[in-house]
Amino acid sequence: MANLYSGRKRRNLVWTGLAYGATGLGLTMLVIILATLLWNGLGGLSLDVFTKNTAPPGVVGGLLNSIVGSLITTGLGLAIGAPLGILAGTYLAEYGRNDRLATVVRFINDILLSAPSIVVGLFIYELLVVPVGHFSALAGGVALAVLGAPIMVRTTEDMLNLVPNQLREAASALGMPRSLVIQHIAYRAVRSGIITGVLLAIARMTGETAPLIFTALGNSLFTLDPTGPMSSLPLIIYEFARSPYAEQQSLAWTGALILTFAVLALSIAARALSAQTQQK
Amino acid sequence: MSDQVAAPRPANAASANKDKVVVRGLNFYYGKTHALKEVNLNLYEGQVTAFIGPSGCGKSTLLRVLNRMYDLYPGQRAEGEVLLDGENVLSKDLDLNLLRSRVGMVFQKPTPFPMTIYDNIAFGVRLYEKLPKSEMDARVESSLKRSALWNEVKDKLHASGLSLSGGQQQRLCIARTVAIAPEVILFDEPCSALDPISTAKIEELIDELSGEYTIAIVTHNMQQAARVSHYTAFMYLGEMVEFNETNNVFTSPRDKRTQDYVTGRFG
Repeated sequence: MANLYSGRKRRNLVWTGLAYGATGLGLTMLVIILATLLWNGLGGLSLDVFTKNTAPPGVVGGLLNSIVGSLITTGLGLAIGAPLGILAGTYLAEYGRNDRLATVVRFINDILLSAPSIVVGLFIYELLVVPVGHFSALAGGVALAVLGAPIMVRTTEDMLNLVPNQLREAASALGMPRSLVIQHIAYRAVRSGIITGVLLAIARMTGETAPLIFTALGNSLFTLDPTGPMSSLPLIIYEFARSPYAEQQSLAWTGALILTFAVLALSIAARALSAQTQQK
Repeated sequence: MSDQVAAPRPANAASANKDKVVVRGLNFYYGKTHALKEVNLNLYEGQVTAFIGPSGCGKSTLLRVLNRMYDLYPGQRAEGEVLLDGENVLSKDLDLNLLRSRVGMVFQKPTPFPMTIYDNIAFGVRLYEKLPKSEMDARVESSLKRSALWNEVKDKLHASGLSLSGGQQQRLCIARTVAIAPEVILFDEPCSALDPISTAKIEELIDELSGEYTIAIVTHNMQQAARVSHYTAFMYLGEMVEFNETNNVFTSPRDKRTQDYVTGRFG
């Protein structure tokens, strides 16, 4: 008995050590990435970054057109993807529980969730760029929507599944039609959870480069026109990071810094919101 | 056990034996499971009827047929007749939402909606009536008074319904049900998640609501059935074994199984 116990204790020590080691390794990577970004990117951070457009080598430039472009393409992705994602998630959780169609939709959604983003970019290129004849931010937005919607489908379904059936029954028992039960009771009960999913989707869409290469393409000029090519932060980082000019490389680092911290802020907000849901 | 049972209530003489709900030859199926077998029962207007019996005997199922709650789930079906004021509620053409506004239900666990105390009550009312603010305020107040909750919440009507204690939440659910003025109220083990003091309050409330509403209550607690009900239905394995005035069921049951159950020999 004493032997069994001491053996168990030793194994516990070994595995606990390994677990701490793995955690430490992961955290070290993250810290190194953030530190490198701060180290290289902070120097280039100035007002110019936010007020000037990208410029050819030798001219003082900024990232204004890319930042605005990122906001617009992500906004388009969200405008298209969020209604699709949330409504499809609602179907899966509320109406499709016993449908065979729901199983199929859920399976396809899981595939989409892990689809390589470059494939999604090529697909939208064939669908929206080739027939129209030119690149556009709109095509970029659609590509981002295809990447973001599955995240929202999954989180919306998972969240709605947390709503106890008793609550739905109680609402129905007052003579409330199904649609109102969903809108006013189920959505409200897990509102912050659904918003968390949307924030995670925004974070994913903001950071994507590959689907934009074939769709939004990039643009060195400031534009608000979604039917034409448009710059965005991931695209300009990709372009400037390969540039031989030091000032463009520095801007790429600064862009990467802005992008990373924007995504980090969204993830933290999502975390805080979901913690709030669980407390309720 | 039988001598602990409180003196059963006599039926409300004034309105005794006027049918509100009549169940005839009711069979119920969960998929292939035959859960209710040829059940016959009358709920009399203004009276409290208790459904008792061991777990799985079908008493909650019977309750859920009366407002067609089972309809939310596929694979569950009822056959036979359930007449509410002579109209068959099992009919396919029936508007379920209208039926449920006439037959309210209070559940085992308190289920306040994720909104303010005020809105918890106003929400159901708004489904069927368009009231000006002042009348809505009055409706909310009277419902809360009716469910003996007003004094505890009158200063925090705009706090979340979830902030209340379990017993208060259950009374809020009763207030919400009363607010839409149903004719029948179904209670599905309303006290099983509550402490004895809250339980006493709910029982008192059921007592006050009887007369005005026709009430059916499912309970595992035989003293509770004896205290609150005028009529008692004893069910066993999906069958209605005995239905009679509560007094008779507890003091001179006709069926051996009823006697064994009410004296605590099984169940």
